[in-house]
Amino acid sequence: MKKLFVPLTIVTAALFAYAPVAIAGAPYESTMLLVQKIFYFHVPSWMGMYSAIAVCGGASAVHLFKNRPAADRLAVSAAELAVMFGAIGLVTGPLWGRKAWGVWWSWDVRTDMAFLMWLVFVAYLLVRTYGGPGSDKLAAAMGLFGTAVSPFVYVSVNIWRTVHPLNTVVPELIGGSMPGAGLPFAVSSFAFLLLFALLLALRVNLASRQAVLDELYLAEEDGAA
Amino acid sequence: MFFRTALLVLRKDFAIEIKSFELVSTTLFFAVGCVVVFAFALVSFAGEAAAAGRKPEDAAAAILWIALLFAGTLALGRTFERERYGETIRALLLAPAPRPALYVGKLLGILCLLGLTELLLVPLIALLFNAPLLTQLTLLLPLLVFGTVGFAAVGTLFAAMLMRARTRDVMLPILLYPITIPVIIAGVRGTSALLTSPRDEPTAIMWLAILVCFDVVFVTLSLWTFEPLMTE
Repeated sequence: MKKLFVPLTIVTAALFAYAPVAIAGAPYESTMLLVQKIFYFHVPSWMGMYSAIAVCGGASAVHLFKNRPAADRLAVSAAELAVMFGAIGLVTGPLWGRKAWGVWWSWDVRTDMAFLMWLVFVAYLLVRTYGGPGSDKLAAAMGLFGTAVSPFVYVSVNIWRTVHPLNTVVPELIGGSMPGAGLPFAVSSFAFLLLFALLLALRVNLASRQAVLDELYLAEEDGAA
Repeated sequence: MFFRTALLVLRKDFAIEIKSFELVSTTLFFAVGCVVVFAFALVSFAGEAAAAGRKPEDAAAAILWIALLFAGTLALGRTFERERYGETIRALLLAPAPRPALYVGKLLGILCLLGLTELLLVPLIALLFNAPLLTQLTLLLPLLVFGTVGFAAVGTLFAAMLMRARTRDVMLPILLYPITIPVIIAGVRGTSALLTSPRDEPTAIMWLAILVCFDVVFVTLSLWTFEPLMTE
């Protein structure tokens, strides 16, 4: 990862620089026109959040059952990123909704569940910060349970149809109704997922350095005493 | 061995509770208080809510589940506060018994308490809101049972693990509500589908099925994580 970090950063920056150009070149959606273009950032940000949730859940389970501090560092880094990408999705969603549906928040099951998943990981960070000693285990349980709730989110997406488009709209759109949408969507999705991977690597690195520093402090104190 | 231990924990909680009725009386009173607060909040808005297209059956279903959720959170906190205060949880954990059995015992105790609360809440809400809750018991009962089990399964685990945390009082609702919101959505939507006339049976059954899935997943996960979470 260390060797790949700089080249991947350059690739991500290039993708993000190219994304607006690709999006500007994409065809207009038949009913929503320009408004629909927020889709290219809205959907990838949720992809980022759900990837972060998957990582956090897996790492939390490993920490809970195997007691590995490295897994815990991965979990907390992923949880922070889940909150960040979720925040992007929660800002772009209502902006789009206001123009497409006429309301900021439609109380649709899908949007609520996404908001809920975001809240779960805010709660994760809260218990992490204010839980006192031993809160890493408590947070790990929250991460595991939060990830276990996400299939219920997925079910909700596919069973209850309301105003929000189903997730299957993405392949349909690119395959049939909007042939030019594939490239910009791929560029922004790839850019968001790469950004997620890079930030995760960076944050995990920071956490492990903090752990090393803490150990050094403890060793120093023991030496002095 | 497993179920005997669970029943012993339940019997212990009963024996303590029967001396003072502290948990039962406070939880029931709190639940009634919730109903009254929400009733007043919604009744004064009745005209406006009707104009906005909100149906009265939603209000009855919502108040039932909100009162249950709030009273349940309070009860969960209190049961484990009692264990912590007497330092009895340490003794329980030291006992040569399977840890998940302790969890099941505590869960059964909470379920009994919440069942009692429901026994009071359902007729009360049926009476206050003129809702046909009591004629829909064939589907309302499973909705309540599975909803309560889902909420209490996660709640018992979280309340138990939070005994060690410094900020346990505020952390319980913070952690519990986002995870158990699917239970509340399913419970409220399922119940309000039963209260429409004519009642919307397929919708209620679909929500019931989701509750059953939720219960299976979260009871399993709780049994599975109780041991590592309670080990310091």
